[in-house]
Amino acid sequence: MDIFSISLVLSAIHLAVPIILPMLGGLISERSGVMNIGLEGMMLGGALSAVAITFLTGDPWVGLVGAMISGVVSGGILAVLTVTLRGNQVVASTAINLIGAGLTAALVPIIWGIDGTTPSVPKIPSLEVPGLSGLPVVGPLFSGLTLVDYGAIALAFAVWWVLFRTDAGLRIRACGESAESADAAGIAVVRTRFLAVTVSGVFAALGGAYLSIVALDAFQAGMTQGRGYLALAALVFGKWRVWPAVAVCLAFGLADAFALRSQIVAPQIPHDLLLALPYILALVALATFVGRTSAPAAVGKPFARA
Amino acid sequence: MSTSTPQRPVAASTTPPRQRRASRIDADILAALAARPEPGARGFVSRFVSSVAPAGAGVGAKAGAFLITVSLALLAALPIVYLSGSDAATAIEALLGGSWGSGLAIGETFVQAIPLLISGLAVAVAFHTGLFNIGVEGQLVMGGLAAGIVGATVDLPGPLLLLACLAAGVAGGALWALIPALLKAFRGVHEVVTTIMMNYIAFNVSRFLVSPSGPFVSETQPSATEKIPLEARLAVVAPGTRLHAGLVIAILLVIAVAWLLYRTPEGFRLRLVGANPAAASTAGVSLRRTVVTSMLLSGGIAGIAGAVQVLGVFGRYYDAFSPGYGFEAIAVALLGALSPIGIAAAALFFGSLDAGAVQLQAVAGISREMVSVVSGLVVAFVAAQPAVLRLLRHLRERASARRAPARPTSARRASGTDPKDPA
Amino acid sequence: MTSPAVRLTGVSKHFGPVAANRDITLSVAPGSIHGLLGENGAGKSTLMKILFGMIHADSGAIEVGGAPVSFRSSADALAAGIGMVQQHFSLIPTFTVVENLVMGRGATGWFSRWLRPLDVKTARERAVGLSERFGFGLDPDARCGTLSVGARQKVEILKALWGGATTLVLDEPTAALSPPEAEELYLVLERLRSEGTTIILISHKLPEIVRLCDRVTVLRDGTVVGDREIDDEARTDARARAGLEADLVRLMIGRERPETPSRSARALDTVLEVRGLGDGGRFGPVDLDVAGGEIVAVVGVEGNGQSELIDLLIGASPTRTGSIELDGRPLQGLSTRRRLDSGIAHIPEDRHERAIADDLSLTDNASFGFIDGAPFAPTRFWLGKRARVRFTEILIERRRVRASSPAAPIGSLSGGNQQKLVVGRELARAPRLMIAAQPTRGLDIASTTAVHEALVGLRDRGSAVLLVSLDLTEVFTIADRIVVVRGGRIVGETSTGAADVDRIGAWMSGAEERTAAA
Repeated sequence: MDIFSISLVLSAIHLAVPIILPMLGGLISERSGVMNIGLEGMMLGGALSAVAITFLTGDPWVGLVGAMISGVVSGGILAVLTVTLRGNQVVASTAINLIGAGLTAALVPIIWGIDGTTPSVPKIPSLEVPGLSGLPVVGPLFSGLTLVDYGAIALAFAVWWVLFRTDAGLRIRACGESAESADAAGIAVVRTRFLAVTVSGVFAALGGAYLSIVALDAFQAGMTQGRGYLALAALVFGKWRVWPAVAVCLAFGLADAFALRSQIVAPQIPHDLLLALPYILALVALATFVGRTSAPAAVGKPFARA
Repeated sequence: MSTSTPQRPVAASTTPPRQRRASRIDADILAALAARPEPGARGFVSRFVSSVAPAGAGVGAKAGAFLITVSLALLAALPIVYLSGSDAATAIEALLGGSWGSGLAIGETFVQAIPLLISGLAVAVAFHTGLFNIGVEGQLVMGGLAAGIVGATVDLPGPLLLLACLAAGVAGGALWALIPALLKAFRGVHEVVTTIMMNYIAFNVSRFLVSPSGPFVSETQPSATEKIPLEARLAVVAPGTRLHAGLVIAILLVIAVAWLLYRTPEGFRLRLVGANPAAASTAGVSLRRTVVTSMLLSGGIAGIAGAVQVLGVFGRYYDAFSPGYGFEAIAVALLGALSPIGIAAAALFFGSLDAGAVQLQAVAGISREMVSVVSGLVVAFVAAQPAVLRLLRHLRERASARRAPARPTSARRASGTDPKDPA
Repeated sequence: MTSPAVRLTGVSKHFGPVAANRDITLSVAPGSIHGLLGENGAGKSTLMKILFGMIHADSGAIEVGGAPVSFRSSADALAAGIGMVQQHFSLIPTFTVVENLVMGRGATGWFSRWLRPLDVKTARERAVGLSERFGFGLDPDARCGTLSVGARQKVEILKALWGGATTLVLDEPTAALSPPEAEELYLVLERLRSEGTTIILISHKLPEIVRLCDRVTVLRDGTVVGDREIDDEARTDARARAGLEADLVRLMIGRERPETPSRSARALDTVLEVRGLGDGGRFGPVDLDVAGGEIVAVVGVEGNGQSELIDLLIGASPTRTGSIELDGRPLQGLSTRRRLDSGIAHIPEDRHERAIADDLSLTDNASFGFIDGAPFAPTRFWLGKRARVRFTEILIERRRVRASSPAAPIGSLSGGNQQKLVVGRELARAPRLMIAAQPTRGLDIASTTAVHEALVGLRDRGSAVLLVSLDLTEVFTIADRIVVVRGGRIVGETSTGAADVDRIGAWMSGAEERTAAA
C-alpha cells in the first residue's frame, strides 16, 4: 500500500472537517470580540448529544440536530458568562472545557450504565455521488464523503459570505474591532456578541458530532483529543480569515492522516511521536509566521456602557 | 535651596554600577521617610499573614466568596447525583466518609491535595503576571517524567538522588514552559494556544518514552520507568496512610510563593506586569524578562508537583499518572483568588472531593468525573464573580441612597422641590 | 415661534454619589450653532451622551423637534435625526471610510442583513457626493487608520450626516487639530448651518465659541450657570468681545481667571542634549537642548512625533541614530530603569495606559521604579512594605491627594487625585529631566494648577522640564521655550515671550517651514 494515495486525501478530509467546524465557530466568536477557548468542551457536548439522541431515536440526522441544540446550550452559557456578565473570557471558556469534559464522561454511565465507550449507534451514511464516484483516481472521494462533509464546506462559504460580504458581517466585525465604536454607530453590541458566541457553540458541537456519528459510531470520553484547541491554532495561524484558516485545518488533517497511515506503512516510526505531529506543526507555525497584530482588536475586552 | 540631586560620582554611570542597590530618590523625601515614626511594631507572624492576604482586602469577604462559590458549585452539580440514582444525603455521607471519615481518609485527602496545591501555585504565579498558563498539566507531566527518569537511571546516594529528582522535576517543567514563554515574549503569540499545544506534545512524547519501543520503559512494568530506590523517595509521614513528605514541600512552597509575590522586587514586577504591562514597561520593568521569569517559575513549580507525585505516591513514573491535576489546578488557583493561603484552602477542598470520589463511586454510584464537573462549575462561578460584586455594590448604593435621602445620589427625587435656581 | 430642535428639561444623572448633571434645562434653536461651554468635568459630555442615548438620565425629559422622545440606545437617537461626533474617535482603523460610514446603517430585515451583499458601490457614490458637497476631499476606500487627524474628524462628521442627522453634536472637535485644520473645520460647520443643520458644539475654548456660536450655555459642576446670546457685535468689536469672554470665564470657573505661575526663567547648564536622534523610521533626525531651570514645550498636531520622542528619551524604543546625553552622560543603549536611575522622570500621557495600574494599591502604584535597591529593596529577596506605605503617606500629604488609605486601589480615586500621586512619584525621583506629557489632560482647574505649580517648582530648583502638550494655553502659561514638531522633525522654535500663535499654527500645519531657529 502506498502512503500517498487518494485514500490519504479522503482520510485527511475526514480528519480536517472536525477541526474546520469548530474553527469556524471560533472565527465567528472572535470576530465579534469574544475569545472562545471553550471549543473543546463544546465539541465533547456535541459528540455525546449526537450519540445519545441517535441512540434514542435511531436516526443519526436527528442526532445531528441534538448536537446543535447542545451547542446552543454550551454557547449560550459561555455567552451569559462573557457577554452578559462580562466575566473573563479565558476563565469562562476554561470552565466550559472542564464542565464539558467532566459532564460528558459522567453522563455515559448514567445513560448506558457502562464507563468509557458507548455502544455503537447508526452512523451518517456516506454519499455516493452518481456518475462522479466511478471516476478514476478521484472516484473514491465521491463515494467516501458524507453530506456533512459537503455541508462543512458550504458552512465555510456561508461564514465567509456573511462575515465579509453582508451588513450583518460588518456589524459583527465592528464589535470585534471596537465595541465602543460599534455602539456609537447604533449596533447592539451585547446582542451581536451573544448571538455570535451562541452560534460558535453550534459549530463546535457539529464538529464534535462529526467525530462521534460520522467518523465513528460511538462516544468515548475525551474523544476530541484537543481538536478544539487545534481549531484555535488554525484560527490564529490563518489570521482570523476563513480560507487561510480552512487551509491550515486541512494541513492539520493531512498531518494526522499521514500519522495514521505510517502506523501501517512504516511501523518502525514511533506512533506516539507521530500523533504529536499536528500539535508540533501548529506550534512551529505559530512560532514562525504569526505577527503580532492580526487579531481583532477588541478580542478579550468585555463591553459595558458607561 | 533644596536642589535634591543625590551626590553620586559622575563617572559611576558611564560604567553601569553593578553593585547599584539604591533607587534614585529625592533627599528630602528620604529624610522625611527616616523621620517618620514606624507604625506600631508587629510580630513576624501577623506581618506575614498581612502579606499573604494583601492590601487590606477583607479576609472575611474573600472567605465568603470562597464558601459561596463552593456551595453554588456543589448545588449546581446536584442533578448528576440524582441522575445517577443516588440522593444528596447518601452522596454527602459517602463524600465526607471518603475524605474525612477516618485517619486513612484524611491522609488520602491530603495526598490528593498536595499536587493540586503545588500546581495551583504554579497557575497562580503565571496568572498574577497576566499569563494564562493552561499548560500546567503538560509541565507537571514532564516534571514527573524527568524525576522518574533521573530516579531510575542515575546512581546517587538516597537523599542526593531525591534532590536530583526534584531538581530534574523543576527543570522538566520549566523547560516545557520555556517555549511558550519565549514565543510570548519575543513573538507575541498568545500563551493559551501554545501552552495547550505543549500539553498534547507532552502527553505524546511522555507516552512514547515509556512505550514498548521507548528508551526508558521498565523491563517488568509496561508504560512506566524502573522503580526509584526507596531511600530516594519521599517518606511516608503519617504511618498507616499514604501521606508523604511532599506535604512539607507543599507548605514550604506556599510560604515561598507568598514571599515571592508580596515581599520581593521580582514578585512586584510579576504582579505589576499582570496589572498593567504598559505601565510596568514605562516604570522600567522589562516585559520580556518578566514574562519569561514568570513562566519558568510557573513551569518549575508545576514540575515539582509532578516530581512529588512520582517520588511520594508511585515511586516510579507511570504514563498518565496525572488524572488532570494541572487542569483542576486552574480551578484551585481561581477559587483561592490567586492568594497562596486561599489556594491551600481550595486545594484541600478539591483534595477532599478527589479522595471522596472513590467512595462516591463505590457507595453512591456516582462517576468520579463529578469532580471535574464541580471544578468546572467553580471556575464558571469565579468568572461570574465580578458581575455579582457589581450587582451587590449597586444594591448597596441603592440601599444607602434610600437610607440617606439628603445624599446627592437621590437628588433626583428631590429635584422637583429643590429651590436651587441655576444662574 | 418654531419649536426648538432639541429641548432638555430637568435632566439629572448621577454616577454613584457623584452628580454629573443636575436639573439641566437647555433649548437649542433649529439651524443654529449652540455652544456648550464648561471646564473638564463640568458635565458637558455626560449631558450630550444622554441626548445621544448612550447613557440614561436618572430623570428629566428630552424633546426633539417638539416631540418628546425616550432614547434607549444611540440607534434611537440616530433614528430621531441626532448625530454625534465623539471626543474620542469612534472610527475603526482597520475599516475603510465607506465601511465606517455604512457600519450598522445598512439593512433592515433579516434577508438583506444576513444574506444580501452589502451595496458598497452605492454607498461609495453617496460618500463621494457628500464629501464633495461639503468640500471634504476624502478617499472613500482609504483605511481610516491611515488618515490624518483632520481627515478622520471629517469622516466622523460625514458619518453623523450619513444617517440623515439634522442635529449634530460635536464634542471638542478641534482638541487634536492644528489651528489651520481647525479653521477648515469651522468653515465646514458654518456651511452645514447655512444648509439648515443644527449644531451643538461642546468646547472649553472661548475663541471657538465666540467665533461660531449663535448662543452659548455654560455648565459648571453639572448645572447650568448661564446662557448668553452671541451677536455679530461680540464677534467684530474687540471691547464687546473681551467683555463677553470675561463674563463667560467667570461663569465657567466661578471666579476670575487664576494667576499664572511666575516665569523666572534663568537657564543654567544644558541638561538634555539630543543630537540627530531618530528611530530608524519616520521620526527624526532631531536636535534638541533643554537647560536646567527651563521648561521647553513640544507642541504639534497629535501624532507628529511626540510619542516617538518620549519613547526614545525614556528608552521604550531603541535609538537607531544619533545621541541622547543627560548632564553630559550618554543615555542611548541604557534600559528604561537605568535612565530613571540617571535622573529622568516621566509623567506619561495616558494615565490609565502607562502611569498606573488601577487594581493595585496606592502604595504599589507609588513604588513604580523604586523597587530596585535601597531604601525599599535592600536585597533581591526583600521588598519592604512598611517603608513604602510611609513613602506613600508622604506623597499623599505633600501632593494633597485625597485618598482613604495607602492600601486603597488607585482606581478608586478621581482622575485628578491619581494624577497628583503620579506627579508626586515622579518628583520623588529627584529628576534632572522631567518629561511631562499632557500632564493636565482631563483634569479640573484645581488639579491643573497643582500640576503646573509642581512643574514650575521643579524648574525653579534647577531641573529641566520637557512639556509635551496639545494645549497651547497650558504651553503659554508655563513654558519658557516652544519647539514645534511636524512629521517627526522639529520645524520651528521660539521663546514663549516672542511667540506668536499664528506662526506656531503655521509651523504645526506645515504652512511655513522652519525658519532660522532662534
